[in-house]
Amino acid sequence: MKRVYVNEQWCLGCHLCEYNCAFANSGMADMASALKGKPIYPRIHVEEGEQISYAVSCRHCTDPLCVKSCIAGALHMEEGVIEISRDKCVGCFTCLLVCPYGALTPGEDGIMQKCELCLKNACGEPACVSGCPNRAIVYEERGAAT
Amino acid sequence: MKNYVIIGNAIAATGCIEGIRSVDKEGKITVVSAETRPAYCRPLISYYLEGKTTVEKMSYRAPDFYDKNGCEVLYGKKAVKLDAENRTVSLDDGSTLPYDEVCVAAGSSPFVPPFGGLDTVPAKYSFMTLDDTLALEQAITPESRVLIVGAGLIGLKCAEGIRERVKELTVCDLADRVLSSILDSECAAIMQKQLEDHGIRFLLGDSADRFEGSRAYMKSGEVVDFDVLVLAVGVRANTGLVKEAGGEVNRGIVVDTRMRTSLPHVYAAGDCAEGEDITFGGRRVLAILPNASIQGRCAGVNMAGGEDVFDKAMPMNSIGFFGLHAMTAGSYYGEAEGGMMFEERTPTKLKRLFTRDGLLTGFILIGEPERAGIYTALIREKVPLKEIDFDRLKKVATTTVFSAEERRKKFGGVV
Repeated sequence: MKRVYVNEQWCLGCHLCEYNCAFANSGMADMASALKGKPIYPRIHVEEGEQISYAVSCRHCTDPLCVKSCIAGALHMEEGVIEISRDKCVGCFTCLLVCPYGALTPGEDGIMQKCELCLKNACGEPACVSGCPNRAIVYEERGAAT
Repeated sequence: MKNYVIIGNAIAATGCIEGIRSVDKEGKITVVSAETRPAYCRPLISYYLEGKTTVEKMSYRAPDFYDKNGCEVLYGKKAVKLDAENRTVSLDDGSTLPYDEVCVAAGSSPFVPPFGGLDTVPAKYSFMTLDDTLALEQAITPESRVLIVGAGLIGLKCAEGIRERVKELTVCDLADRVLSSILDSECAAIMQKQLEDHGIRFLLGDSADRFEGSRAYMKSGEVVDFDVLVLAVGVRANTGLVKEAGGEVNRGIVVDTRMRTSLPHVYAAGDCAEGEDITFGGRRVLAILPNASIQGRCAGVNMAGGEDVFDKAMPMNSIGFFGLHAMTAGSYYGEAEGGMMFEERTPTKLKRLFTRDGLLTGFILIGEPERAGIYTALIREKVPLKEIDFDRLKKVATTTVFSAEERRKKFGGVV
Protein backbone atom coordinates (compact mmCIF):
# COMPACT_ATOMS: atom_id res chain seq x y z
CA MET A 1 0.00 0.00 0.00
CA LYS A 2 1.21 3.51 -0.80
CA ARG A 3 1.79 5.75 2.18
CA VAL A 4 3.15 9.25 2.77
CA TYR A 5 6.85 9.47 3.67
CA VAL A 6 9.09 12.42 4.34
CA ASN A 7 12.64 13.23 3.32
CA GLU A 8 13.63 15.53 6.14
CA GLN A 9 16.85 16.67 4.46
CA TRP A 10 14.75 18.23 1.69
CA CYS A 11 12.07 19.85 3.82
CA LEU A 12 12.27 23.65 3.72
CA GLY A 13 9.84 24.08 6.59
CA CYS A 14 7.63 26.19 4.33
CA HIS A 15 4.37 24.76 5.75
CA LEU A 16 2.81 24.69 2.29
CA CYS A 17 1.72 21.09 2.94
CA GLU A 18 -0.41 22.31 5.82
CA TYR A 19 -2.19 24.80 3.57
CA ASN A 20 -2.64 22.30 0.76
CA CYS A 21 -4.04 19.79 3.24
CA ALA A 22 -6.47 22.23 4.77
CA PHE A 23 -7.61 23.33 1.33
CA ALA A 24 -7.96 19.79 -0.02
CA ASN A 25 -10.19 18.87 2.88
CA SER A 26 -12.20 22.10 2.89
CA GLY A 27 -14.46 20.96 0.07
CA MET A 28 -14.20 24.44 -1.42
CA ALA A 29 -13.24 25.30 -4.98
CA ASP A 30 -10.80 28.11 -4.44
CA MET A 31 -7.95 28.31 -1.97
CA ALA A 32 -8.24 31.97 -1.05
CA SER A 33 -11.84 31.76 0.07
CA ALA A 34 -11.14 28.47 1.86
CA LEU A 35 -8.15 29.67 3.87
CA LYS A 36 -7.54 33.40 3.71
CA GLY A 37 -7.72 35.14 7.05
CA LYS A 38 -8.89 32.01 8.89
CA PRO A 39 -7.16 29.69 11.31
CA ILE A 40 -6.39 26.46 9.45
CA TYR A 41 -6.86 22.93 10.69
CA PRO A 42 -4.59 20.73 8.58
CA ARG A 43 -4.16 16.99 9.05
CA ILE A 44 -0.43 17.27 8.53
CA HIS A 45 1.92 19.45 10.52
CA VAL A 46 5.53 20.44 10.18
CA GLU A 47 7.72 19.37 13.07
CA GLU A 48 10.60 21.78 13.62
CA GLY A 49 13.73 20.99 15.60
CA GLU A 50 16.90 23.02 15.89
CA GLN A 51 18.38 21.97 12.55
CA ILE A 52 15.60 19.98 10.98
CA SER A 53 12.03 20.09 9.84
CA TYR A 54 9.71 17.50 8.38
CA ALA A 55 6.01 16.99 7.94
CA VAL A 56 4.09 14.45 10.02
CA SER A 57 0.74 12.97 9.12
CA CYS A 58 -0.91 9.65 9.93
CA ARG A 59 1.50 6.74 9.41
CA HIS A 60 -1.38 4.37 8.70
CA CYS A 61 0.19 1.87 11.12
CA THR A 62 -0.34 -1.80 10.44
CA ASP A 63 -1.35 -2.32 14.08
CA PRO A 64 -2.95 1.01 14.95
CA LEU A 65 -3.26 1.88 18.63
CA CYS A 66 -5.70 4.69 17.82
CA VAL A 67 -8.19 2.26 16.31
CA LYS A 68 -7.95 -0.11 19.25
CA SER A 69 -8.24 2.74 21.75
CA CYS A 70 -11.08 4.78 20.25
CA ILE A 71 -13.84 4.88 22.85
CA ALA A 72 -16.44 5.77 20.23
CA GLY A 73 -15.70 3.10 17.63
CA ALA A 74 -15.08 6.00 15.26
CA LEU A 75 -11.64 4.98 13.98
CA HIS A 76 -11.39 1.99 11.69
CA MET A 77 -9.18 0.48 9.07
CA GLU A 78 -10.31 0.07 5.46
CA GLU A 79 -7.83 -1.81 3.29
CA GLY A 80 -4.90 -0.47 5.26
CA VAL A 81 -6.14 3.12 5.42
CA ILE A 82 -7.12 4.36 8.86
CA GLU A 83 -10.30 6.35 8.56
CA ILE A 84 -12.43 8.28 11.01
CA SER A 85 -16.20 8.46 11.13
CA ARG A 86 -16.43 12.01 12.34
CA ASP A 87 -20.14 11.65 13.08
CA LYS A 88 -19.29 9.04 15.72
CA CYS A 89 -16.34 10.89 17.29
CA VAL A 90 -17.13 12.80 20.48
CA GLY A 91 -13.77 14.58 20.80
CA CYS A 92 -12.53 12.72 23.87
CA PHE A 93 -8.89 12.88 22.64
CA THR A 94 -8.04 9.29 23.57
CA CYS A 95 -6.53 8.77 20.10
CA LEU A 96 -4.36 11.79 20.68
CA LEU A 97 -3.22 10.24 23.96
CA VAL A 98 -2.07 7.03 22.29
CA CYS A 99 -0.73 8.02 18.85
CA PRO A 100 3.10 7.79 19.07
CA TYR A 101 3.49 10.24 16.18
CA GLY A 102 1.19 13.02 17.28
CA ALA A 103 -0.65 12.58 14.01
CA LEU A 104 -4.23 13.26 15.06
CA THR A 105 -5.56 16.72 15.73
CA PRO A 106 -8.97 18.16 16.47
CA GLY A 107 -10.72 20.13 13.78
CA GLU A 108 -12.38 23.49 14.22
CA ASP A 109 -15.41 21.77 15.76
CA GLY A 110 -13.34 19.92 18.39
CA ILE A 111 -13.97 16.63 16.62
CA MET A 112 -10.87 14.70 15.62
CA GLN A 113 -9.61 14.60 12.08
CA LYS A 114 -6.78 12.77 10.44
CA CYS A 115 -5.03 12.12 7.15
CA GLU A 116 -7.00 9.75 4.94
CA LEU A 117 -4.52 10.16 2.07
CA CYS A 118 -6.97 12.44 0.18
CA LEU A 119 -8.47 9.24 -1.25
CA LYS A 120 -12.00 10.39 -0.58
CA ASN A 121 -11.77 14.08 -1.32
CA ALA A 122 -11.55 15.81 -4.69
CA CYS A 123 -7.76 15.38 -4.90
CA GLY A 124 -7.75 11.60 -5.06
CA GLU A 125 -4.13 11.49 -3.90
CA PRO A 126 -2.30 13.31 -1.10
CA ALA A 127 -2.41 17.06 -1.71
CA CYS A 128 0.57 17.56 0.62
CA VAL A 129 2.69 15.46 -1.72
CA SER A 130 1.61 17.00 -5.01
CA GLY A 131 2.03 20.51 -3.61
CA CYS A 132 5.42 20.04 -1.97
CA PRO A 133 7.86 22.32 -3.83
CA ASN A 134 10.95 20.28 -2.95
CA ARG A 135 9.67 16.69 -3.11
CA ALA A 136 10.26 16.41 0.64
CA ILE A 137 7.00 14.48 0.97
CA VAL A 138 6.45 11.45 -1.22
CA TYR A 139 3.62 8.98 -1.72
CA GLU A 140 4.95 5.54 -2.46
CA GLU A 141 5.14 1.88 -1.56
CA ARG A 142 7.78 0.98 1.02
CA GLY A 143 8.59 -1.74 3.52
CA ALA A 144 9.64 -1.27 7.12
CA ALA A 145 12.73 0.88 7.62
CA THR A 146 15.49 -1.45 8.71
CA MET B 1 -13.99 -27.23 14.62
CA LYS B 2 -13.33 -25.34 17.82
CA ASN B 3 -16.10 -24.24 20.09
CA TYR B 4 -15.57 -20.79 21.65
CA VAL B 5 -17.63 -19.20 24.39
CA ILE B 6 -17.29 -15.54 25.35
CA ILE B 7 -18.88 -14.43 28.60
CA GLY B 8 -19.75 -10.77 28.20
CA ASN B 9 -20.57 -8.67 25.17
CA ALA B 10 -18.81 -5.34 25.39
CA ILE B 11 -15.43 -4.06 24.23
CA ALA B 12 -13.21 -6.97 25.33
CA ALA B 13 -15.70 -9.45 23.88
CA THR B 14 -15.67 -7.59 20.56
CA GLY B 15 -11.87 -7.65 20.53
CA CYS B 16 -11.98 -11.34 21.35
CA ILE B 17 -14.31 -12.09 18.43
CA GLU B 18 -12.03 -10.20 16.07
CA GLY B 19 -8.97 -11.91 17.53
CA ILE B 20 -10.46 -15.37 17.06
CA ARG B 21 -11.55 -14.60 13.51
CA SER B 22 -8.09 -13.29 12.59
CA VAL B 23 -6.89 -16.86 13.08
CA ASP B 24 -9.92 -19.17 12.83
CA LYS B 25 -12.69 -18.41 10.33
CA GLU B 26 -14.62 -21.59 11.01
CA GLY B 27 -14.97 -22.19 14.76
CA LYS B 28 -18.27 -21.68 16.52
CA ILE B 29 -18.46 -18.54 18.68
CA THR B 30 -21.19 -18.15 21.28
CA VAL B 31 -21.47 -14.84 23.13
CA VAL B 32 -23.29 -14.68 26.45
CA SER B 33 -24.68 -11.16 26.75
CA ALA B 34 -26.36 -10.10 29.98
CA GLU B 35 -27.31 -6.80 28.38
CA THR B 36 -29.98 -7.01 25.73
CA ARG B 37 -28.21 -4.98 23.05
CA PRO B 38 -25.19 -5.31 20.78
CA ALA B 39 -21.84 -4.04 22.07
CA TYR B 40 -21.89 -0.29 22.54
CA CYS B 41 -19.35 2.32 23.55
CA ARG B 42 -19.84 2.33 27.29
CA PRO B 43 -17.69 5.43 27.95
CA LEU B 44 -20.06 7.43 25.76
CA ILE B 45 -23.00 7.25 28.14
CA SER B 46 -22.22 10.70 29.54
CA TYR B 47 -21.82 12.09 26.01
CA TYR B 48 -25.26 10.72 25.23
CA LEU B 49 -26.80 12.67 28.11
CA GLU B 50 -24.90 15.74 26.94
CA GLY B 51 -26.43 15.36 23.48
CA LYS B 52 -23.10 14.66 21.75
CA THR B 53 -24.08 11.24 20.45
CA THR B 54 -27.12 9.03 20.00
CA VAL B 55 -27.93 5.45 20.98
CA GLU B 56 -27.51 4.45 17.31
CA LYS B 57 -24.11 6.10 16.95
CA MET B 58 -22.92 4.55 20.21
CA SER B 59 -22.93 1.10 18.67
CA TYR B 60 -19.32 -0.17 18.80
CA ARG B 61 -19.47 -2.06 15.53
CA ALA B 62 -21.64 -2.12 12.41
CA PRO B 63 -25.08 -3.77 12.77
CA ASP B 64 -23.99 -6.84 10.79
CA PHE B 65 -20.90 -7.43 12.96
CA TYR B 66 -22.06 -10.62 14.67
CA ASP B 67 -23.49 -12.11 11.47
CA LYS B 68 -20.37 -11.34 9.51
CA ASN B 69 -18.25 -12.97 12.18
CA GLY B 70 -20.51 -15.98 12.54
CA CYS B 71 -21.36 -15.40 16.20
CA GLU B 72 -24.41 -16.52 18.06
CA VAL B 73 -25.29 -13.96 20.71
CA LEU B 74 -27.44 -15.07 23.63
CA TYR B 75 -29.03 -11.80 24.74
CA GLY B 76 -30.38 -11.38 28.24
CA LYS B 77 -28.58 -14.47 29.51
CA LYS B 78 -26.17 -14.62 32.41
CA ALA B 79 -23.40 -17.12 33.00
CA VAL B 80 -23.82 -18.47 36.51
CA LYS B 81 -21.18 -21.19 36.68
CA LEU B 82 -17.91 -22.04 35.01
CA ASP B 83 -16.81 -25.67 35.19
CA ALA B 84 -13.20 -25.63 34.10
CA GLU B 85 -12.77 -29.37 34.50
CA ASN B 86 -15.64 -30.41 32.23
CA ARG B 87 -15.32 -27.24 30.16
CA THR B 88 -18.87 -26.01 30.42
CA VAL B 89 -20.58 -22.73 31.20
CA SER B 90 -23.99 -22.85 32.89
CA LEU B 91 -26.49 -20.09 32.17
CA ASP B 92 -29.25 -18.64 34.30
CA ASP B 93 -31.90 -20.26 32.08
CA GLY B 94 -30.67 -23.71 33.14
CA SER B 95 -28.86 -24.45 29.89
CA THR B 96 -25.22 -25.48 29.60
CA LEU B 97 -22.71 -24.49 26.94
CA PRO B 98 -19.73 -26.74 26.28
CA TYR B 99 -16.52 -25.02 25.17
CA ASP B 100 -13.03 -25.74 23.98
CA GLU B 101 -11.84 -22.24 24.93
CA VAL B 102 -13.66 -19.65 26.99
CA CYS B 103 -13.00 -15.96 27.52
CA VAL B 104 -14.40 -14.28 30.60
CA ALA B 105 -15.05 -10.68 29.56
CA ALA B 106 -17.59 -10.06 32.26
CA GLY B 107 -16.65 -6.47 33.10
CA SER B 108 -17.28 -4.89 36.45
CA SER B 109 -20.22 -3.93 38.62
CA PRO B 110 -20.93 -0.77 40.56
CA PHE B 111 -19.79 -0.98 44.13
CA VAL B 112 -22.39 0.36 46.55
CA PRO B 113 -21.19 0.90 50.11
CA PRO B 114 -23.66 -0.01 52.84
CA PHE B 115 -25.06 3.50 53.44
CA GLY B 116 -27.67 3.56 56.18
CA GLY B 117 -31.15 4.18 54.84
CA LEU B 118 -30.22 3.76 51.19
CA ASP B 119 -33.29 1.58 50.73
CA THR B 120 -35.48 4.54 51.67
CA VAL B 121 -34.22 6.63 48.70
CA PRO B 122 -36.95 6.62 46.05
CA ALA B 123 -34.84 7.70 43.05
CA LYS B 124 -31.35 6.19 42.98
CA TYR B 125 -29.28 5.20 39.97
CA SER B 126 -25.97 3.69 38.99
CA PHE B 127 -24.07 5.02 35.99
CA MET B 128 -22.48 2.06 34.22
CA THR B 129 -24.70 0.84 31.45
CA LEU B 130 -26.84 2.34 28.73
CA ASP B 131 -29.91 1.07 30.56
CA ASP B 132 -28.76 2.94 33.71
CA THR B 133 -28.31 6.02 31.55
CA LEU B 134 -31.73 5.85 29.92
CA ALA B 135 -33.34 5.34 33.33
CA LEU B 136 -31.46 8.34 34.74
CA GLU B 137 -32.52 10.40 31.74
CA GLN B 138 -36.15 9.56 32.49
CA ALA B 139 -35.73 10.57 36.12
CA ILE B 140 -34.21 14.03 35.68
CA THR B 141 -36.09 17.21 34.87
CA PRO B 142 -34.94 20.84 34.53
CA GLU B 143 -36.05 21.25 38.14
CA SER B 144 -34.11 18.29 39.53
CA ARG B 145 -31.63 18.58 42.35
CA VAL B 146 -29.09 15.80 41.87
CA LEU B 147 -26.61 14.38 44.35
CA ILE B 148 -23.79 12.31 42.89
CA VAL B 149 -21.83 10.18 45.33
CA GLY B 150 -18.33 9.80 43.89
CA ALA B 151 -16.03 12.40 42.30
CA GLY B 152 -14.12 9.91 40.18
CA LEU B 153 -14.18 9.51 36.41
CA ILE B 154 -17.68 8.04 36.33
CA GLY B 155 -19.31 10.47 38.76
CA LEU B 156 -17.82 13.56 37.17
CA LYS B 157 -18.57 12.54 33.59
CA CYS B 158 -22.13 11.94 34.74
CA ALA B 159 -22.14 15.42 36.28
CA GLU B 160 -20.94 16.99 33.04
CA GLY B 161 -23.46 14.98 31.04
CA ILE B 162 -26.50 16.17 32.97
CA ARG B 163 -25.34 19.64 34.05
CA GLU B 164 -27.45 21.51 31.51
CA ARG B 165 -30.45 19.29 32.12
CA VAL B 166 -30.92 19.73 35.87
CA LYS B 167 -31.24 22.60 38.33
CA GLU B 168 -28.72 21.74 41.03
CA LEU B 169 -25.80 19.38 41.07
CA THR B 170 -23.80 18.38 44.12
CA VAL B 171 -20.95 15.87 44.05
CA CYS B 172 -19.54 14.37 47.23
CA ASP B 173 -16.57 12.11 47.76
CA LEU B 174 -14.74 10.67 50.71
CA ALA B 175 -11.44 11.66 49.04
CA ASP B 176 -10.23 15.21 49.60
CA ARG B 177 -9.96 15.89 45.88
CA VAL B 178 -11.63 15.10 42.58
CA LEU B 179 -10.32 12.35 40.26
CA SER B 180 -8.12 11.08 43.07
CA SER B 181 -7.14 7.94 41.15
CA ILE B 182 -5.43 9.89 38.37
CA LEU B 183 -4.62 13.42 39.60
CA ASP B 184 -2.45 14.83 42.36
CA SER B 185 -3.88 17.55 44.61
CA GLU B 186 -2.79 20.56 42.60
CA CYS B 187 -3.99 19.17 39.28
CA ALA B 188 -7.22 18.03 40.87
CA ALA B 189 -7.82 21.56 42.16
CA ILE B 190 -7.61 22.92 38.60
CA MET B 191 -10.19 20.45 37.34
CA GLN B 192 -12.39 21.05 40.37
CA LYS B 193 -12.40 24.78 39.68
CA GLN B 194 -13.36 24.13 36.06
CA LEU B 195 -16.30 22.04 37.23
CA GLU B 196 -17.30 24.59 39.88
CA ASP B 197 -17.18 27.35 37.27
CA HIS B 198 -19.84 25.36 35.45
CA GLY B 199 -22.14 25.21 38.41
CA ILE B 200 -21.20 21.96 40.10
CA ARG B 201 -20.95 22.07 43.89
CA PHE B 202 -18.54 19.81 45.76
CA LEU B 203 -18.54 18.26 49.20
CA LEU B 204 -15.10 16.67 49.41
CA GLY B 205 -13.59 14.72 52.26
CA ASP B 206 -17.20 14.05 53.11
CA SER B 207 -19.59 11.19 52.71
CA ALA B 208 -23.19 10.37 53.36
CA ASP B 209 -23.67 9.11 56.89
CA ARG B 210 -27.24 8.05 56.20
CA PHE B 211 -30.15 8.69 53.92
CA GLU B 212 -33.74 9.39 54.84
CA GLY B 213 -35.85 9.38 51.71
CA SER B 214 -34.54 12.16 49.47
CA ARG B 215 -32.32 13.68 52.12
CA ALA B 216 -28.67 12.88 52.80
CA TYR B 217 -27.15 13.50 56.21
CA MET B 218 -23.47 14.00 55.56
CA LYS B 219 -20.69 13.06 57.97
CA SER B 220 -19.69 16.73 58.12
CA GLY B 221 -23.14 17.56 59.48
CA GLU B 222 -24.32 19.07 56.20
CA VAL B 223 -27.77 18.07 54.99
CA VAL B 224 -28.38 17.68 51.27
CA ASP B 225 -31.89 17.49 49.86
CA PHE B 226 -32.09 15.98 46.43
CA ASP B 227 -34.55 14.58 43.93
CA VAL B 228 -32.24 12.12 42.22
CA LEU B 229 -29.30 10.22 43.68
CA VAL B 230 -26.49 8.82 41.51
CA LEU B 231 -24.17 6.26 43.07
CA ALA B 232 -20.76 6.37 41.42
CA VAL B 233 -18.50 5.33 44.25
CA GLY B 234 -16.54 2.80 42.27
CA VAL B 235 -16.65 -0.52 40.53
CA ARG B 236 -15.54 -4.04 41.29
CA ALA B 237 -14.32 -6.55 38.78
CA ASN B 238 -16.71 -9.43 38.16
CA THR B 239 -14.43 -12.23 39.26
CA GLY B 240 -16.96 -14.65 40.75
CA LEU B 241 -17.15 -17.21 37.93
CA VAL B 242 -13.41 -17.80 37.84
CA LYS B 243 -13.00 -17.64 41.59
CA GLU B 244 -15.68 -20.28 42.17
CA ALA B 245 -14.11 -22.44 39.48
CA GLY B 246 -10.89 -22.40 41.50
CA GLY B 247 -8.97 -19.87 39.39
CA GLU B 248 -6.57 -17.29 40.80
CA VAL B 249 -8.33 -14.08 41.59
CA ASN B 250 -7.15 -10.94 43.30
CA ARG B 251 -8.91 -7.63 42.70
CA GLY B 252 -9.47 -8.92 39.23
CA ILE B 253 -9.07 -12.24 37.48
CA VAL B 254 -5.31 -12.80 37.33
CA VAL B 255 -4.04 -13.06 33.74
CA ASP B 256 -0.64 -13.43 32.11
CA THR B 257 0.51 -11.52 29.05
CA ARG B 258 -1.43 -13.93 26.81
CA MET B 259 -4.61 -13.31 28.84
CA ARG B 260 -4.57 -16.84 30.22
CA THR B 261 -6.00 -17.31 33.68
CA SER B 262 -4.63 -19.94 36.05
CA LEU B 263 -7.27 -22.36 34.69
CA PRO B 264 -6.54 -24.22 31.46
CA HIS B 265 -8.52 -23.05 28.42
CA VAL B 266 -9.93 -20.13 30.41
CA TYR B 267 -8.94 -16.61 29.36
CA ALA B 268 -10.00 -13.27 30.77
CA ALA B 269 -9.93 -9.75 29.33
CA GLY B 270 -11.13 -6.24 30.03
CA ASP B 271 -12.38 -4.65 33.23
CA CYS B 272 -12.64 -8.01 35.04
CA ALA B 273 -8.98 -8.91 34.44
CA GLU B 274 -5.88 -8.04 36.42
CA GLY B 275 -2.67 -7.98 34.42
CA GLU B 276 0.77 -6.45 34.62
CA ASP B 277 1.03 -2.64 34.65
CA ILE B 278 4.43 -1.86 33.11
CA THR B 279 4.75 1.41 35.03
CA PHE B 280 3.94 -0.08 38.37
CA GLY B 281 5.89 -3.30 38.63
CA GLY B 282 2.90 -5.35 39.59
CA ARG B 283 -0.56 -6.33 38.52
CA ARG B 284 -3.51 -3.96 38.42
CA VAL B 285 -7.04 -3.91 37.16
CA LEU B 286 -6.83 -1.34 34.37
CA ALA B 287 -10.46 -0.64 33.64
CA ILE B 288 -10.00 1.48 30.53
CA LEU B 289 -11.35 0.90 27.08
CA PRO B 290 -8.06 0.61 25.16
CA ASN B 291 -6.96 -2.11 27.54
CA ALA B 292 -10.21 -4.01 27.12
CA SER B 293 -10.03 -3.97 23.34
CA ILE B 294 -6.36 -4.96 23.18
CA GLN B 295 -6.67 -7.65 25.86
CA GLY B 296 -9.79 -9.03 24.21
CA ARG B 297 -8.08 -9.31 20.86
CA CYS B 298 -5.00 -10.87 22.45
CA ALA B 299 -7.14 -13.46 24.23
CA GLY B 300 -9.01 -14.27 21.02
CA VAL B 301 -5.86 -14.81 18.97
CA ASN B 302 -4.41 -17.14 21.61
CA MET B 303 -7.69 -19.02 22.08
CA ALA B 304 -7.69 -19.77 18.36
CA GLY B 305 -4.18 -21.14 18.47
CA GLY B 306 -2.34 -18.03 17.30
CA GLU B 307 0.41 -16.18 19.13
CA ASP B 308 -0.23 -12.80 20.68
CA VAL B 309 1.29 -11.11 23.69
CA PHE B 310 0.15 -7.90 25.36
CA ASP B 311 2.87 -6.74 27.71
CA LYS B 312 2.53 -2.98 27.42
CA ALA B 313 -0.47 -2.22 29.58
CA MET B 314 -0.57 0.87 31.73
CA PRO B 315 -3.14 3.25 33.12
CA MET B 316 -4.00 6.17 30.87
CA ASN B 317 -6.94 8.50 30.65
CA SER B 318 -8.03 11.37 28.50
CA ILE B 319 -10.80 13.14 30.29
CA GLY B 320 -12.25 16.54 29.54
CA PHE B 321 -14.79 18.68 31.31
CA PHE B 322 -16.50 21.58 29.57
CA GLY B 323 -13.58 21.90 27.15
CA LEU B 324 -10.67 21.52 29.59
CA HIS B 325 -8.80 18.28 28.98
CA ALA B 326 -6.69 16.35 31.45
CA MET B 327 -4.48 13.67 29.96
CA THR B 328 -2.78 11.25 32.30
CA ALA B 329 -0.73 8.10 31.98
CA GLY B 330 1.44 5.76 34.00
CA SER B 331 2.59 6.03 37.59
CA TYR B 332 3.80 9.07 39.50
CA TYR B 333 6.68 8.26 41.83
CA GLY B 334 7.59 10.77 44.52
CA GLU B 335 11.11 11.60 45.62
CA ALA B 336 10.93 9.10 48.46
CA GLU B 337 10.40 6.37 45.85
CA GLY B 338 13.28 7.55 43.70
CA GLY B 339 11.14 9.56 41.33
CA MET B 340 11.56 13.07 39.93
CA MET B 341 9.02 15.52 38.59
CA PHE B 342 9.45 18.15 35.89
CA GLU B 343 6.88 20.84 35.58
CA GLU B 344 5.95 23.40 32.95
CA ARG B 345 3.14 25.81 33.55
CA THR B 346 1.42 28.81 32.10
CA PRO B 347 -1.72 30.46 33.47
CA THR B 348 -3.88 28.04 31.49
CA LYS B 349 -1.74 24.91 31.21
CA LEU B 350 0.01 22.55 33.57
CA LYS B 351 2.34 19.76 32.51
CA ARG B 352 3.95 17.33 34.92
CA LEU B 353 6.35 14.66 33.75
CA PHE B 354 7.39 11.95 36.19
CA THR B 355 10.64 10.03 35.75
CA ARG B 356 12.48 7.30 37.57
CA ASP B 357 15.64 5.37 36.77
CA GLY B 358 16.11 7.31 33.54
CA LEU B 359 12.65 6.48 32.20
CA LEU B 360 9.44 8.43 31.88
CA THR B 361 6.96 6.65 34.15
CA GLY B 362 3.97 8.96 33.99
CA PHE B 363 2.54 12.37 33.18
CA ILE B 364 -0.31 14.73 33.83
CA LEU B 365 -1.15 17.28 31.15
CA ILE B 366 -3.87 19.81 31.81
CA GLY B 367 -5.04 22.08 29.03
CA GLU B 368 -2.29 20.86 26.70
CA PRO B 369 -3.40 17.71 24.92
CA GLU B 370 -1.43 18.30 21.70
CA ARG B 371 0.59 15.26 20.64
CA ALA B 372 0.37 13.73 24.12
CA GLY B 373 0.84 10.31 22.55
CA ILE B 374 4.52 11.07 22.06
CA TYR B 375 4.91 11.08 25.84
CA THR B 376 2.74 7.98 26.19
CA ALA B 377 4.90 6.11 23.69
CA LEU B 378 8.05 6.91 25.68
CA ILE B 379 6.49 5.23 28.70
CA ARG B 380 5.08 2.32 26.72
CA GLU B 381 8.35 1.60 24.90
CA LYS B 382 10.50 2.35 27.97
CA VAL B 383 12.72 4.68 25.95
CA PRO B 384 15.85 5.64 27.95
CA LEU B 385 15.64 9.41 28.34
CA LYS B 386 19.37 9.77 27.79
CA GLU B 387 18.81 8.69 24.18
CA ILE B 388 16.54 11.63 23.41
CA ASP B 389 16.58 15.40 23.87
CA PHE B 390 14.58 15.27 27.06
CA ASP B 391 15.14 18.95 27.90
CA ARG B 392 13.34 19.86 24.71
CA LEU B 393 10.65 17.28 25.33
CA LYS B 394 9.85 18.83 28.71
CA LYS B 395 8.80 21.97 26.86
CA VAL B 396 7.00 20.47 23.92
CA ALA B 397 5.79 17.07 22.75
CA THR B 398 7.69 16.56 19.51
CA THR B 399 9.28 13.68 17.63
CA THR B 400 12.27 15.90 16.79
CA VAL B 401 13.76 14.85 20.14
CA PHE B 402 14.64 11.47 18.66
CA SER B 403 17.97 10.77 16.95
CA ALA B 404 18.18 10.93 13.16
CA GLU B 405 18.35 7.13 13.07
CA GLU B 406 15.23 6.78 15.20
CA ARG B 407 13.39 9.32 13.05
CA ARG B 408 14.35 7.37 9.96
CA LYS B 409 12.86 4.23 11.47
CA LYS B 410 9.69 6.01 12.51
CA PHE B 411 9.06 8.02 9.38
CA GLY B 412 11.02 6.26 6.66
CA GLY B 413 9.02 3.06 6.36
CA VAL B 414 5.94 1.12 7.28
CA VAL B 415 5.26 1.05 11.02
